[in-house]
Amino acid sequence: MKAAVIVFPGSNCDRDMAVALRAAGADVSMVWHKDAEIGDVDLVAVPGGFSFGDYLRCGAIAAQSPVCRALKDHVDRGGYALGVCNGFQVLTETGLLPGALMRNAGLKFVCRTVPLTVATSDSAFTQGYTAGDTIGLPVAHHDGNYTADAATLDALRGEDRVAFTYGDNFNGSRNEIAGVLSANRRVLGMMPHPERAVDALTGSTAGLALFRGLVQQLAHA
Amino acid sequence: MKANIHVMLKDGVLDPQGEAVRHALGAMGFDGVNGVRQGKVIALDLADGTSEDTIARMCEALLANTVIESYRIEIL
Repeated sequence: MKAAVIVFPGSNCDRDMAVALRAAGADVSMVWHKDAEIGDVDLVAVPGGFSFGDYLRCGAIAAQSPVCRALKDHVDRGGYALGVCNGFQVLTETGLLPGALMRNAGLKFVCRTVPLTVATSDSAFTQGYTAGDTIGLPVAHHDGNYTADAATLDALRGEDRVAFTYGDNFNGSRNEIAGVLSANRRVLGMMPHPERAVDALTGSTAGLALFRGLVQQLAHA
Repeated sequence: MKANIHVMLKDGVLDPQGEAVRHALGAMGFDGVNGVRQGKVIALDLADGTSEDTIARMCEALLANTVIESYRIEIL
């Protein structure tokens, strides 16, 4: 399975993402934001961080970069994409995922491990879990308060496109949404960091199943 | 020519920052502040003759996230 990790100025989870993907068996390349081509890969990962200093809105400037046009083409061709934290914000700003991430309801940057419920196992990203499982993943964000209009929220629920929900809705997200899937289930955006939970040495391996499931499915695609 | 773009959260979208400002004003003793909404102003210095339609496209594509924000164009 070939994966590319996008690097924006201000990305800070790009190397963690590459480590997590490689640990699961992926062949990983890094792609700079000015590159207009991503190459022939199965998965594009959009990492966390503070792309372009969060200027204007989180992810807004990154969404207009040359590499994001290539990302849209990749997704239009049926390619897989994973956006974590700032990567989720970028995916909503590009329109590849619905909704928006607003300032946390408590106005504070929250950096801790939070309980999540796996809301669906019906995707390459979540097939390694069982729906209803509770896992703990780290979050580290100021703007993770997911919102969308009522029709979009209904569609996400009706089409089983909510991937993860918060056990304790610390940031005020609508319907406790922590991660959502695209209509074709090949794009996942989530605020929690699975790539920070892939090694017992750093506290948790709860994120491993996501990367292993992805590599397993795409290796046979 | 110059134009100011006023970007606000849409009505109905909870504005936690505005709420915090409202609480702070109340705590300072300013009574009767029933609501605060916080937005931003983006000042554009534009080539003369730039059409309002072009400015609107800038707003739609980048300056506002129309999922949660509304914008108003003020040509100065």
